[in-house]
Amino acid sequence: MREQSHRLAEGGRIDRATPLRFTFNGRRYGGFAGDTLASALLANGVSVVGRGVKYHRPRGIFSAGSEEPNAVVQLETGAHTLANARATRVELYDGLVATSVNCWPSAEYDFAAALGLLSPLLPAGFYYKTFKWPASLWMTYEAVIRRAAGLGRAPDGPDPDRYDKINVHCDVLVVGGGPAGLAAALAAGRTGARVILADEQNEMGGALLDGHDEIDGAPAQDWTAEAAARLDAMDEVRCLPRTTVFGYYHHNFLAALERVTDHLGPQDAGVLPRQRLWRIRARKVILATGAIERPPVFAGNDRPGIMLAHAARTYVNRYAARPGRRAVLFTNNDGAYRAALDLRAADVEVAAIVDTRPEPTGDLPAEAESADIELIAGHAVVATHGRKRLSAIEVMALGDGGGQVSGEARRIPCDLLAVSGGWNPTAHLFSQSGGRLRFDATGACLVPAVAAQATRPAGAGNGTFALDGCLAEGWAAGAAAAAEVGSRARGRAAKAPGATVTPEEPPGDYGVVPAPGHPEGGPKHFVDLQNDVTAADIALAAREGYGSVEHLKRYTTLGMGTDQGKTANVAGLAILARLGGTDVAGTGHTTFRPPYTPVTFGALAGRDVGALSDAARRTPMHHWHERAGARFEDVGQWKRPWYYRHPGEDMAGAVERECLAARNTLGIMDATTLGKIDIQGPDAAELLDRVYTNAWSKLEVGRCRYSLMLGEDGMVMDDGVTARLGRHHYLMTTTTGNAARVLAWLEEWLQTEWPELRVYVASVTEQWATITLCGPNARRLLAEFTGDVDLGTQAFPFMAWRAATVGGIAARLFRVSFTGELSFEINVPARYGLGLWTAFMNAGEKYGITPLGTEAMHVLRAEKGYIIVGQETDGTVTPADLGMDWIVSSKKDFIGRRSLGRTDTARPGRKQLVGLETEDAALVLPEGAHLVENPGQEPPVPTIGHVTSSYHSANLGRSIALALVKGGRGRMGEAVHVALEGGAARAVIRDPVFFDVQGSRLHG
Amino acid sequence: MAKGAYSIFSLVRNALRYHEGWPRAWRSPEPQPAYDVIIVGGGGHGLATAYYLAKEHGVSNVAVLEKGWLGGGNTGRNTTIIRSNYLWDESAAIYDKSLRLYEGLSRELNFNLMVSQRGVINLAHNLHDMRELARRVAAIKLNGIDSEILAPADIKAMVPILNVSPEARYPVLGASLQRRGGTARHDAVAWGLARAADARGVDIIQNCEVTGISREGGKVTGVETTRGSIKAPKVGVVVAGHASVLAAMAGLRLPIDSYPLQALVSEPLKPVIDSVVMSGAVHVYVSQSDKGELVMGASIDNYNSYAQRGSPHVIENMLGATVELFPIFSRLSMMRQWGGIVDVCPDASPIVSKTPVDGLYFNCGWGTGGFKATPGSGFAFAHTIAEDRPHPLNAPFSLERFTTGALIDEHGAAAVGH
Amino acid sequence: MLLIPCPWCGRRDESEFACGGEAHIARPADPDAVSDAEWADYLFMRTNPKGAHRERWVHVHGCGRWFNVARHTVTHDISAAYKVGEKPPGDAS
Repeated sequence: MREQSHRLAEGGRIDRATPLRFTFNGRRYGGFAGDTLASALLANGVSVVGRGVKYHRPRGIFSAGSEEPNAVVQLETGAHTLANARATRVELYDGLVATSVNCWPSAEYDFAAALGLLSPLLPAGFYYKTFKWPASLWMTYEAVIRRAAGLGRAPDGPDPDRYDKINVHCDVLVVGGGPAGLAAALAAGRTGARVILADEQNEMGGALLDGHDEIDGAPAQDWTAEAAARLDAMDEVRCLPRTTVFGYYHHNFLAALERVTDHLGPQDAGVLPRQRLWRIRARKVILATGAIERPPVFAGNDRPGIMLAHAARTYVNRYAARPGRRAVLFTNNDGAYRAALDLRAADVEVAAIVDTRPEPTGDLPAEAESADIELIAGHAVVATHGRKRLSAIEVMALGDGGGQVSGEARRIPCDLLAVSGGWNPTAHLFSQSGGRLRFDATGACLVPAVAAQATRPAGAGNGTFALDGCLAEGWAAGAAAAAEVGSRARGRAAKAPGATVTPEEPPGDYGVVPAPGHPEGGPKHFVDLQNDVTAADIALAAREGYGSVEHLKRYTTLGMGTDQGKTANVAGLAILARLGGTDVAGTGHTTFRPPYTPVTFGALAGRDVGALSDAARRTPMHHWHERAGARFEDVGQWKRPWYYRHPGEDMAGAVERECLAARNTLGIMDATTLGKIDIQGPDAAELLDRVYTNAWSKLEVGRCRYSLMLGEDGMVMDDGVTARLGRHHYLMTTTTGNAARVLAWLEEWLQTEWPELRVYVASVTEQWATITLCGPNARRLLAEFTGDVDLGTQAFPFMAWRAATVGGIAARLFRVSFTGELSFEINVPARYGLGLWTAFMNAGEKYGITPLGTEAMHVLRAEKGYIIVGQETDGTVTPADLGMDWIVSSKKDFIGRRSLGRTDTARPGRKQLVGLETEDAALVLPEGAHLVENPGQEPPVPTIGHVTSSYHSANLGRSIALALVKGGRGRMGEAVHVALEGGAARAVIRDPVFFDVQGSRLHG
Repeated sequence: MAKGAYSIFSLVRNALRYHEGWPRAWRSPEPQPAYDVIIVGGGGHGLATAYYLAKEHGVSNVAVLEKGWLGGGNTGRNTTIIRSNYLWDESAAIYDKSLRLYEGLSRELNFNLMVSQRGVINLAHNLHDMRELARRVAAIKLNGIDSEILAPADIKAMVPILNVSPEARYPVLGASLQRRGGTARHDAVAWGLARAADARGVDIIQNCEVTGISREGGKVTGVETTRGSIKAPKVGVVVAGHASVLAAMAGLRLPIDSYPLQALVSEPLKPVIDSVVMSGAVHVYVSQSDKGELVMGASIDNYNSYAQRGSPHVIENMLGATVELFPIFSRLSMMRQWGGIVDVCPDASPIVSKTPVDGLYFNCGWGTGGFKATPGSGFAFAHTIAEDRPHPLNAPFSLERFTTGALIDEHGAAAVGH
Repeated sequence: MLLIPCPWCGRRDESEFACGGEAHIARPADPDAVSDAEWADYLFMRTNPKGAHRERWVHVHGCGRWFNVARHTVTHDISAAYKVGEKPPGDAS
């Protein structure tokens, strides 16, 4: 590890007692606690941190904040890696490992830099104009383009970290912990209002941490510490450092990302998540988001060693890192002179200040001059030199109102060029909230104008750049916001913090800095450093008609990088405006979209991953099924046993065994998942009449009825059996997947259309466990468990229900059947489900009792031609299509009835449900296969229908299938072709009931 | 080669002149007092309609009126997926026409649309999905469209970063693949069509908002705009998201609701996923752009909205499912998020139709599926306008179907919860 | 994330609710008395305005109640929430 060659001997907010080691591009370096990766790299004199995406020119650290376009690095390796970390926002920790992205073999020596030679051929949008021939090769070109594109690399394994979410409400959310934000939080907090203050940095203070300001006569950093301490002491105030508010959504809902343990590096985080997503509903919002310095656009403005002026100042003041040894300042405004003065104070030689203004007369220029710094006014930087590090610049005199340069170029050796083109208020969140921005011609920037929500911009984020104004505006905003939520200060009056500031003259013109030679042929004027968009690209876009700001962005990719164009967008707009002879007020601006800075997907997902990605519902008998070898299928959220595999058995074998047992002796099935809706009230029957296709008023207590439920469009939506439990009491069953939907459907009609009906509906699915016993021995086994009900077919016929005691448990017995066998559904309170199931299994052993999975159930019901909603239906099927007209009453209205009479819905020849018998009895047709008239035809081959269900039936010793076929019921006995992979099979259309057509087993 | 034609040679030639010689991609004319046809809406579908009116029907006295900037609606806000793997014959016909047009459009328009047929994979997570998938694939193949079924191992081979563990909450049981599906550069589709339509004489007029539809005796006579009245005996309206608003100007109501649909991109990454992967069950679709960004779409926000913004919880839900499918995505970052407004019909199929007003035609209701249909929709709509009767491709997509009940229910078609 | 004012529970996050589309579309009292076109109008045709909209919401993850909301479809400003059966504010009829 080498010496930190560019570290100042003293000063800064770093902890020299805590040295840290880190590795960048394979080399080991040292830094201190309190450093960012960027400041530590600068302290070690590292100049090249990456390469431009398009021309692969060397790039250095450009900023000290979230706006960083260049210093994008791959942080850590393996599953912990972060693809595109901004070095300026990575807090240094011991053992940190980072590499540059998108260069090979290294940032220092990048082969792709040869692309620079081709750069005249790569103007904006060049790919739209070429690579079209030959067509077959585009995918080859594209593969090359794809490999060259992209920045960092994705992790190679699942995320080892965890993420949390927090929902909070507050009276006042203050975004930004700089002077305006701190003042706002203090003013609001002292009233007792619930305040959240969030700031993206590791400590509060914002830009106060970077300079030497004074507040209320004391050093600003002392004031900041005291303000932070006072806020911490307020019960209702919550300060969130390392928290970026990234999205401003509707109705004052904002989202923020807190980096909880990122600054500790990869580690076993223990109880703490890596990051936390704050979902904040604020009554009032104060946007004290500060401002971002913008670079002038000049020839060769992308070399390592060229840096925003405030960033240079931040590095020497806050991090005690010297970004260079001999500096030039290039500015159009007074404020940036502070950087020159501070650099000078940090023993950086300041060779000159180049100011584009002809006669800078402000106090700060005067101060610089009195410090013997050469001031070159009315000049501009027109060229830069140095390959991997800036070595010199050239300046020329500006003429023609700043539009031309003239005279001799003067060469000034330097390794740091600090640049400033003024400041842009960070208006992203204000714009996201729906607020309108206006163009301020004096500052040449976009500032908040008209708020759309309960929000107040304050301080630099509002275009109020001077410190005294920031404090006053923040304080006033905090007090006003608190007052508006009814929170008033107690105790003695307090006054806003104040500061004495050096007045500043207005900034000079902002736009492209001219250079000698052809305006579009000389060295590149970069506008967007990350996406390598130049002023010439913008001119080309305008020339070709891509002159709207959105076209410009999309054609050139301006502002579409990971920095979202924070240093580029306004410059791009200014250039476009000038080409059109207008200003930014005339061109408008592109939409500010969330997020302000990139947000981790894992944090947005939170804990809703893995087992928690969606609730899995399990019946009380689930663990028994597991132990019995069940394979499960997902049905809605439920886990249902699909089949029970015995050792040495395959699925077909298991299903066959289960099916045979059900027909020949005794099957047992867990039917708990079927939806159960309790319906009570004097108008319960009327409700059923209105939502079901058949009539309900005559159903006696103790009886059940099957029915279809339609959507208002006449299409089958659900089916099931409903039992009349009492005079005003019914129990409806639904399909497993539709239970919630049907309940919501009933509620919707009851509440919105039929509020006069006296009836209540409630889901009781989870309250009951349902066990189905089916097969010739079902009655025998059940009889062993119950003494208080006559199970005989006369006393307890098919489609009846009885209250009974089963195995000592109060139960409801329903004699219904989905298999076509003698069958009882036993409902017991859910907590008895497993006990009763186990008892049935034990007692049923003598009958060879066999658990049935859903697959066996489906085979058995298909043998009977019973439909499954969602399998025989798909939202386009009517009762008549299913051959179920018998269940549709013509004597009453019900939901969907009117639609059945529409011309297409009543049309003959619709697809109808039929059975299919393949010529080859062993052939099980694939479900979803289509029926065609002429399989040999060239495509498109018209389909006449499709196979909805298809199985091998062990009971019939052959395959069976159900299908929806055009005009199917009129084609009984006809042979049809079923299109299959590599051929077709012949099958005969037949009635869908394959087994026990008379239903004698059912009624037995 | 025509002046301004795009090729590697013209690129070299222009490079020598600092690219100062490139002409405008399309003119910026003032509106004329009258046209043969006015197309309202300068998105992909409107521009395609104008292009095919000129190319196929010789109708070039056409104005395309755009209230903002070309392609600023859903053309510039979608997830760039193209495919034609639709269940019903009617849908398959028009979407595959569109895909076939896309396949030749870059050369035809002399503008690289970056049509990238990297395959579209639709995942199945349960037995019901698998059954539907088999039905869909079989139907698609009968229509002569490429489609195949993949087993989990095949899927894993194509998309190694996909979690195909049987232990996943929604395990991947299989998938369908349309190899001809993929992506195209969405903005380029609008620009390429605009440039080609302009070259055939179509006037493309931006910043010209239609404020009224003029009629006389049940016949359309033109439109009122923010830049004055413009006459035309035929007006075709193609304004995704705002169809109901334009319909109201003509006294019509449509079976359409407008919803926000959200999408997002990650930061640019080195290639991790080659194909487009969609999952209907968990409402996710993902692809990686040529810039390296992962492009993802969510389901619609289920309330009527004309604000091109949505609610964050929809994105959060989508990302939960996405991270479950692609565990390595967890540490990647969302870079940009946006919303569009989609017109949704009750059957999730579009309306490309004549209307009760003579000379007034509507093309709308493409829901989340409009981008892939752009050239096919324009082709059929141009025919409908030029001939005053639908092309066989769009005849089934009439307004009358909502009266007769002959809906074309494609709810399963998009990986989006309607 | 809208803030929906449930008339029973107060203001809650949108994610607790489901939207049921346009309000005040009455089911024809006698469906047989209307033409197919009128039936289609009831079933499918929607105003879908850009601006003031009256729509139905249900507090799914709350009280379970349906109610009506007057909301602007561009700004999302909610001017009223009212119970089923109540007249929309500003409706004199």
